[in-house]
Amino acid sequence: MRTPRSASPSTRPGTRPNDPPRPRPGIPPNTRDVRDALVGVGRAVRLVLLLALALLFLIPFYLLVRNGLSSEADITSPEWRFFPSELHWSNVREVFDDPNVPMAHALLNSSLIAVLTTVGTLLLASLAGYGLARIPYAYANVVFYWILGTLMVPAAVTFVPSFVLVSSLGWVSTLRGLVVPTLFSAVAAFIFRQYFLGFPRELEDAARVDGLGYWRTYWQVVVPNSRPVFAAVGTIVFIGAWNSFLWPLVIGQDRDAWTVQVALSTFTTAQTVNIHELFVAAAVSIVPLLVVFLVLQRHIVAGVERTGIDD
Amino acid sequence: MRGPLTTTTLTRKLLGPQNRHLWFWIFVGPFVLGLTLFTYVPLAWSVYLSFFDAHNTVSPTEFVGFDNYTAMLGDDAFTGSLVTFLVFTAFIVPATYVLSLALALMVNRLRWAQAFFRSVFFLPVACSYVVAALIWKMSIFNGVRFGLANTVLDWFGADQIAWLSTTDPPWYWLVIVTVRLWLQAGFYMVLFLAGLQRISPRLYEAAAVDGARPGWQVFRHITFPQLRATSVAVVLLLVINAFQAFDEFYNLLSDSRGYPPYARPPLVYLYYTALGQGQNLGLGSAGAVILALIIAVVTVVQARWFGLGRKED
Repeated sequence: MRTPRSASPSTRPGTRPNDPPRPRPGIPPNTRDVRDALVGVGRAVRLVLLLALALLFLIPFYLLVRNGLSSEADITSPEWRFFPSELHWSNVREVFDDPNVPMAHALLNSSLIAVLTTVGTLLLASLAGYGLARIPYAYANVVFYWILGTLMVPAAVTFVPSFVLVSSLGWVSTLRGLVVPTLFSAVAAFIFRQYFLGFPRELEDAARVDGLGYWRTYWQVVVPNSRPVFAAVGTIVFIGAWNSFLWPLVIGQDRDAWTVQVALSTFTTAQTVNIHELFVAAAVSIVPLLVVFLVLQRHIVAGVERTGIDD
Repeated sequence: MRGPLTTTTLTRKLLGPQNRHLWFWIFVGPFVLGLTLFTYVPLAWSVYLSFFDAHNTVSPTEFVGFDNYTAMLGDDAFTGSLVTFLVFTAFIVPATYVLSLALALMVNRLRWAQAFFRSVFFLPVACSYVVAALIWKMSIFNGVRFGLANTVLDWFGADQIAWLSTTDPPWYWLVIVTVRLWLQAGFYMVLFLAGLQRISPRLYEAAAVDGARPGWQVFRHITFPQLRATSVAVVLLLVINAFQAFDEFYNLLSDSRGYPPYARPPLVYLYYTALGQGQNLGLGSAGAVILALIIAVVTVVQARWFGLGRKED
């Protein structure tokens, strides 16, 4: 009578342990029917609820695209319509041609910053994580707590002192100032350390036997076998860098140093551009992330799960 | 293949695997150096600067002792910003917790289309606060007629609302809370999903054998207690993130006329104090130090309270 559970062994990831348990054999059939019916109703309610929530979650994306492709009149019309009366694909070109909107330049800045930040963070944090996890050193724990200590102080709180430092270095409105201070992510180093602690030692031992030192073991054995964690941390860092706002707002003061986020924000508050251009620009600004997201979705989710914070 | 140490050149001796201290610092050194320079040094500098008068300059001019601190703590706007933060946290932490957990529970049970729903709820993570604030401010919660929210209200015959400028009742809270909820719920849903996957099916079998009714009873006695570690981490992250709230407040509420005198969380207030027209960096530093201390205390108390960190060692 019992439903076979053995079909989904507990060790395999991806099993769904939450399937409602089947009624016990001892229960009179009448009750069981009622219970089965209730479970069925519950499932239907759940599905309807999920669909409704999914729709709610998608509406903002729809509005972004809808307004971006509408004419100004459609957006500001007092008669709200679900579909725009006409699609204006030319809006996309318009926003790039508008001399008041440094959209192309802002996109270039954002791309440079996001790529440099991602590459730099991966390099620095993975090396640090590996050293902490695998190179025996008497004070490794002290160093580890020195790194963890910065997690207590959220980056956003240090923006005033960091601005002070960066401006005294003369780095305001420079690529250096926008990128370098963000490269040292304690979270990333922490994730890499946790990951390398679980890395199979046998592989490294084999490399050691082959006469490789720490450096070559790392590059030739450990890194090629750790691609998923690099992809996961990399995409998370990339998303964070692309979407970050406070630091680029503080440091990128000149118009030439604006990132996409700062540019968009400036337009929403100053209202110097047309609303439809603003929405096109915003839609364009999330395209790179949607591409990254769609291509690397599994890694992002895995990476979020792998942060180790919920172990 | 054995015996690589036979080639005892000088570099090999220096950089050979036996010199662990050196290798440790080659790997970890650059990171620690950068972290120290760009986190600890600014913090120390900030503490130092907070005892000085520093208008429009990053170098201290006149020693003023604790004046900046007393000024900051006596400033209604600053203490008001802390209250704003508390109210915001009181709204957003439980709301996100409940929504993300509910989403995870529902998505986890799906037999089909699980990847689809998970993606839909996770998708807003790819959206920035700036873009989300733009959609909320200019398309959903517009004060004038062409906003979606007011259109819906109109269908039900209700009066239109100037969402972002009505302070009594404070409708802007609805706008601020829903933006963040939309943006972050999917992220925490994934954390909960990971936690759910780790619960052993045997526990559910045992519960079924004991006659626990599927649904609330199983959730209360099995699922929820098993998610404890995840819950602790989620609440901790939610509180820390709420403390850092800046993007949506700034983008939703400030306009060409500046920032309204209400709904200023600490970071928004510090931004205008330190980098606004006054450029009072001494005062701003004092505020940053106070804020850092509060966050540190809250984090430590919370971690101790939940027993976080015991497992990490």
